[in-house]
This record gives sequence, C-alpha cells and structure tokens, in this order.
Amino acid sequence: MIWLDTLVQGLMLGGLYALFAAGLSLVFGIMRLVNLAHGDLIVLGAYLILGIGTVTGLNPFVAALLALPVMFALGWLLQGALLNRVLGEDILPPLLVTFGLSVVVQNALLIGFSADSRKLPVGPIDAQSLPLGPVTVGVMPLLTLVSAVLVIVVLNQIFYRTALGRAFRATSDDPVTAQLMGIRPRSIFAMATGIALVVATIAALYLGARANFDPSIGPARLLYAFEAVIIGGLGSLWGTLAGGLVIGVAQAFGAALNPEWQVLVGHLAFVAVLLVRPRGLFPRAND
Amino acid sequence: MGKTFTPLILPLLVLGMALVPVIGSRALVQDLFMVLCLLVLALNWNMLAGFAGLVSVGQQAFVGIGAYAMFASVILWGMDPLAGLLVGGLVAMALAVPVAFFTFRLNGAYFAIGTWVVADIARLAFSQWKALGGGTGTSLPKGAAQEMLGVATVRGLIGGSKAAAVDALTYWLALALVVVLLLASWAFLRSRMGLGLQAVRDNALAARAVGVDPLRLKALVFLLTAFGTGICGGLLFIQIGRISPGAAFSLLDWTAFVIFIVVIGGIGTLPGPVIGVLVFYGLERLLADYGTVYLIVLGLIGIAIMLFARRGLWGGFVQRTGLDPLPLSHAAPAAPAPTRS
Repeated sequence: MIWLDTLVQGLMLGGLYALFAAGLSLVFGIMRLVNLAHGDLIVLGAYLILGIGTVTGLNPFVAALLALPVMFALGWLLQGALLNRVLGEDILPPLLVTFGLSVVVQNALLIGFSADSRKLPVGPIDAQSLPLGPVTVGVMPLLTLVSAVLVIVVLNQIFYRTALGRAFRATSDDPVTAQLMGIRPRSIFAMATGIALVVATIAALYLGARANFDPSIGPARLLYAFEAVIIGGLGSLWGTLAGGLVIGVAQAFGAALNPEWQVLVGHLAFVAVLLVRPRGLFPRAND
Repeated sequence: MGKTFTPLILPLLVLGMALVPVIGSRALVQDLFMVLCLLVLALNWNMLAGFAGLVSVGQQAFVGIGAYAMFASVILWGMDPLAGLLVGGLVAMALAVPVAFFTFRLNGAYFAIGTWVVADIARLAFSQWKALGGGTGTSLPKGAAQEMLGVATVRGLIGGSKAAAVDALTYWLALALVVVLLLASWAFLRSRMGLGLQAVRDNALAARAVGVDPLRLKALVFLLTAFGTGICGGLLFIQIGRISPGAAFSLLDWTAFVIFIVVIGGIGTLPGPVIGVLVFYGLERLLADYGTVYLIVLGLIGIAIMLFARRGLWGGFVQRTGLDPLPLSHAAPAAPAPTRS
C-alpha cells in the first residue's frame, strides 16, 4: 500500500511540475526559445498574487484571477520589446538575455520582498483531504493535478482548434512560409509568451499555496520544468504532462527510499529517459 | 603596428602582476587571486561556448569535482595539495567523458539544460560522500596548505608569515595558469584544429564538407576545458580551505559570473575574458556594499550587451577601430604565396 501511496503522491507532485513546464513547453515548441527566466517569472507571479491578496484582502484564488491579465501583458511586452530582438539562428543571445533577466528578476524580488519565505493563505482547503479508494489525498495536491490536466487540454484546444493555434503551428513548422501567408511571427510570439505567463500564474498559485516560497527558489523549479519539457518531447503538450509526471513519480520514490535522494532520483530518471530516447517520449516537431 | 606592440607589452604586464605579492598587501593578493581564478574559468568557458559552440551552464560541475578530488587526495590519501590539484584536473577530465557521452546527444539549448542537470547530479552525489563531510562539508587539515610543497621556498624568497606565503604561492599558480591558458588558447586557435573549430562554429555544414569532424573537435575541447576547470577548482579551494557541496558546485559563483564576464568582454574573442574580468572586478569594487543591486546591474549589462553589441566590449572595439592586436584569423595570402626557406 505504501508504494501505491508514494505513486499517487508522485503523480500529484508531477502535476505541479507539469504546470511549471506547460508555459515553457509552449514557448519552446513555437519559437525554440529557452527561457531561463521562467522559474523566476513564476516566483514573480506568486508575489504578485500575494501582493494583490494583501492589498485587497481577497482569497488567493480570486487574486490569481486578477493577476492573470497583468502577467499576460508582462509576457506580451517582454517578448515584443526584448526577446523578439534576440531570436535567430544563434541560440546564445536568447539564452544569455533570459539568463540576465533571471538574475535581475530574482534580485529585484529580493530587494522588494526580502529573503523571508512566504506562503499564500488559501484558507481551510489547505489542510483538507479526500479518501480516494485505498489512499487519502490532499485536496490542494489533487486540485493541482486536475488544473495541470485542464491547462494542457485548454492549450491543446487553442493549439489545434483556433486560428491563433494554426498560426502557432505554422510559425513553429516554417516561419518563412507562414509569413508569406500573412502571419507576423513577432506578434504570434508575443501572444505565445503572454499565454505562457498566464499558465505561469496558475503554476504560481499552486506553488505558493502548497509550500513556502522565497525569491531564490526559481532556478531549481525551472530545472524540473525543463526536465519535464525535454523528456516529454519538443512541442508536445501531452508529452510535457507525461514528463512532469515521470519526474514527480521518480522524485517521490527517491524520497521514499531516502529523503536526501528525492531530487537526485528525479535527475537520474531524466538522464535514463534521454539515454533511451534522445528526442524525448513524444516528439512532435523537428528541432 | 599591433603586431610589434603586443609581444612587448604582455610579458611586462605579466611581470608586473607577478610582483604583486612582493610589494602589495595580502588583501590585494587575495582579491587578485580570485580575479585570476575567475579569468581561468572564463577562458575555459569562452573556449567552450565562444569557439566550440558548446553553451554549458554546468561548468560548476568540474570546479566542484576538481575541488573534491583535491580534498580527497589530501585528507584520505595524504597527498600534497599541489599533487591534489593535478589529481583534481585528471578526475574532472575523466568524469567529463561520461558527461560528454550523455550531453553530446543533446543539441543546442538541450545541451545547456543537460549540463545543468549533470552539475546538479554531481552536487547531490558529492553531498553523499560522508568521508568528506556529506552535505555540510569539511575543512583542509590544519597546516596542510602551509606545509604544501614550495611554501618554504616562497617564504625564503619574500619573507612574511606562512599564511602569506600560501597566498603568494596560490596567486602565482593562478597567474601561471592564466598565462599558460592564454598562450595555449592562442596557439590552439591559430592551429589547423582551431581553424576547423571556428569553421564549424561559423558554418557547420560547410566545415563538414571540407572534411572537419565537428564531434571529435568538440569532444577534445570539452575534455581539455574540464581539465583546466578542475585544476582551477582545486586551486580555489586550497585558498578557501573549506569545502561544501553548495560552495563547490555554486551555479552563481562558478558559472553565472563567468558567463557575464565573457559576454561583457566579448564572447568568441581571446582578449574578451580579460577585458570582462577587469570590468567585473571594477564593478564589484564600486558596488561591493550593495550585493543585490550589483547583481541586477550585472544582469542588465549582460542583456544590453546582447541587444546592442553581441561581440562585447572587445568585439566592439575591434569593429570600430579595425585594430586587432591579437588576430585569430589567418589573412588570405597576398598575391604569390609567401616563400618558405
């Protein structure tokens, strides 16, 4: 039974990682942009939710709704004003710009909010749990996993059922031909990053509600998210969800063996998957 | 004119730097030791990312491995710290082989993430090494550094306390490492292999078409830079005297700062890291009292460089003046090929 329990805990944790990774996967898949600041932007989202909640007295879930448009605008601006300028054949400039951005965001948060760890006050739901067959699961972790699946479903709907999604796919496959069809890659990219930060805000909500956060935790979370994206396969959103679950389950089993091994076993699972399948589990696009 | 100027000024500069422990204060020696070590790391990273196109975010792995191997040599096997340095470099290079097997399967951005994961694996694995203090780390045995080979000689040479002699010795080793690396990089980049490497970076397809094997060259650079980075890691931690997984495998100290140094100075240019480390040191002195502001400024400068001057300060200088005192390119031979006698 203990193994089943560990498995379920791992899946819940994997849901959180999939949420971290979904926005990253979208951006990565469409414009091959590796956003090293994504983790810090999620932490920024958590502070934004906290700030809105503190000022208005609203529940974090409602505060997050208010934060969504703000973060969308931030993503849109970020891509339009900064990241679009460095996209190109050479992968170095976008890597270094987002790396610089990561350092800037992290330290600006440190100045603004100090290094104290915070938590989003979600109320009594935080401690509630549900009996689910033979195991008992916390309501918040379950909600995280359900949200992750929902986010992936909605992103897939956008990707495959709307004109915007068609433009996303076209630009991803062949930006030059897409341009000939009247698509402007730059504005498409700005939309994509905006949507990615909307997803990041949802991730921030669960990050802040489930555990303590402080300005420095971005990069470690980013690493798990990247692992999920890479072993999921470039451009596949369902793959990203699967990748997140693999990392989450591996970490949970590692922690069950020895608490010090949690992260290590997650990394080893990442390496193992890539040794067998260098392009990830479900690659969609060619890189 | 650049060509006659450079060979003269470099030895003078090195000589001046070498005299610092004799005439300067200990604090200055320790400061400049750090600067020289960062320069060693920067030269290595520039070789990887700027010339071989291997953008690694995980070089702290080799700093940590070199440092831990040096500590193990001294504490567990009773070796001299200087011999430990060599062990550190060799172990780092040996471990770079399996790392290369894994990370070379990933290209471009995947490679960056892969190396980062590997470095985190190394950090967590070394945290499990209980004989060297596990997660909390350990210190070099009392006197190990002061009994080090060469300290007595240095003391006879410049006088002062044993600790000052250790500082001077590690400083000179770092300086020697910088000089050797600069000369070796220059010779390598001007060689047939270096030319091939730059050709691969500039146009991989065309380079392969004329018979350059990119994989072999990149693997060679990866192993050699792991060696240099490992030695530098050992040297750093002889001076620091205490090791812990967090400090030895620090992404910020051994990779992030190094990346900023190279980018600011000029990535893919040989003098770039030297210029970058000077700017870095200056900024650090200027903003030392504002830790976080300093990092924000560094980040903003890095972004600005990528937006407005991709080749950094040195690249911008060369482009603007047309003057390149350290040319890496081979000029096309003038009308008839030069005669060789």
